[in-house]
Amino acid sequence: MSGAVPGLRVRRAGPLALLQDAGRFGVRRLGVTQGGPMDLHAWAWANQLVENAWGTTALEVTLGGLALEAERDLTLAVCGGDLGATLDEAPLPLWRGLWVRAGQVLRFAQPTSGLRTYLAVAGGFQAEPVLGSTACVVREGLGGHDGQGHSLDEGDRLRVDPAARAREGAEAPESVRPDYTSVPWLGLIPGAQVGDFTGPSLYRAFNHEWRVDDRADRMGIRLTGPRLHCRLETLISEGLGLGAVQVPPDGQPIVLVNDRQTIGGYPRLGALTPLACSRLAQCVPGQTVRLRAITLERALADYRRFRRGFASA
Amino acid sequence: MTHPGLPRLESAGLDGWLVRLFAEIDEANLPWLTALVRDCEVALGEALVDLVPSYTTLLVIFDPLKITPSEARQRLVATLATLVPEEEDTQAPLQELPTWYDTTVGPELARLAERSEMTKEQVIECHCQATYRVFALGFVPGFAFMGRVDERLAFPRLETPRQRVPAGSVGIAGRQTAAYPVASPGGWNLIGRTAAVLFDRDREGFSLLKVGDRVRFTAVGRDEFERLGGDLRAMEERR
Repeated sequence: MSGAVPGLRVRRAGPLALLQDAGRFGVRRLGVTQGGPMDLHAWAWANQLVENAWGTTALEVTLGGLALEAERDLTLAVCGGDLGATLDEAPLPLWRGLWVRAGQVLRFAQPTSGLRTYLAVAGGFQAEPVLGSTACVVREGLGGHDGQGHSLDEGDRLRVDPAARAREGAEAPESVRPDYTSVPWLGLIPGAQVGDFTGPSLYRAFNHEWRVDDRADRMGIRLTGPRLHCRLETLISEGLGLGAVQVPPDGQPIVLVNDRQTIGGYPRLGALTPLACSRLAQCVPGQTVRLRAITLERALADYRRFRRGFASA
Repeated sequence: MTHPGLPRLESAGLDGWLVRLFAEIDEANLPWLTALVRDCEVALGEALVDLVPSYTTLLVIFDPLKITPSEARQRLVATLATLVPEEEDTQAPLQELPTWYDTTVGPELARLAERSEMTKEQVIECHCQATYRVFALGFVPGFAFMGRVDERLAFPRLETPRQRVPAGSVGIAGRQTAAYPVASPGGWNLIGRTAAVLFDRDREGFSLLKVGDRVRFTAVGRDEFERLGGDLRAMEERR
């Protein structure tokens, strides 16, 4: 953090803008959640395009509404949802490394595709790690630009490394830019309690469409659709992994994501893969999704292929 | 470990295995769970990301770039084959939570006494008498689920949770007891408030309480509570 200088100043706050590194690990046994980017895929690409190593702190902008003024010249990239980003009123190209001059203003309007977008600067945003991570978790008051788990507010300043440089003009290939408006097939690795759901419920889970509910946040995303019946009602609370799909007695699944509680006691269908969680993170309320059972081997191959392209930490 | 089919490894997604050791909540589970935590740290080494022990299970999270799920599984199976419980419980750390039991900070104290046909003093004595064990941490950082509370004090959660329970509040839900590390929503029956700082980001280890710890509540008066840095402000009732 030494040598960090102000790089961007918040001219106008949006509903939610949080610094995120890869997440907070090693302290979940103390009840501390994971945090980190909801869309790992877009976050990783934003960092990649400004030559940052895996795990570098970037800004997760949800829904838009944010205006940032550059306080110095910066190389940056914006990847993820299309939130109508502009640079000095001109449309800002996504999935591309850009040179921004001091005084220029970067604005996010509202989503036209996807829900969240990631802003990375060369060298990463500089913040003091809390419990080993800069991941901003509002509920826990941990991490972020001020260490207190706050979303960006008007007047806040994001600090950068003045020595960091990256080449301008790096572009993510078309093939890695998802169409967030399409109906995604979300890969789900079946869990141990899958056999406790009734046959018709399992059939419906994987053959019906699901609707993303408006009860969705960084803790969990509720899906509405056919009612699923499980022979187990509640369990003794146990550890919950990223993407765990729990089904409370109302039969409507909740996908537990980055800021989930560390333990919970509802039966689970299984767990979405990390890449399925990323894709789900871009789904707006009302959007249709489908679940597809996939094997652990297939999920591993997909994830390792995804990670192969990124510089390791 | 006599329950049929246990211990068992269950898939918890791409990067996790859930080790199911027991079927029921029991203090006797703890030396096995804490031993398994220790052994998993050795068995997975660099590939280990997180461990979440809870009542009857241990969730093991690993880095799927460093180890495949099947390799992780094999190592966990080998670990379970040689698992020996930790020496009981003289070794488990004993934590004392100085607590001011008073209706101004514990609004359910009177009702709990009434329902259990005890005086408030008897309720306090009963809550302080037991040595509790930490079964799990969760809900918020440093929130320790402890048991088991004397049957006479066992009451279900409030039907309508409070929007805000002050930090330090000591509560009972079923046969468990806990103290709130930070102000948060909550539905436990509140009987007092502790001056102990349960979670501190600047302290080594962060959380005062860890799974397996032994805990005693000690009753302190108002003045002692204040001297220890306790928050005297009365509950604001906003349901």
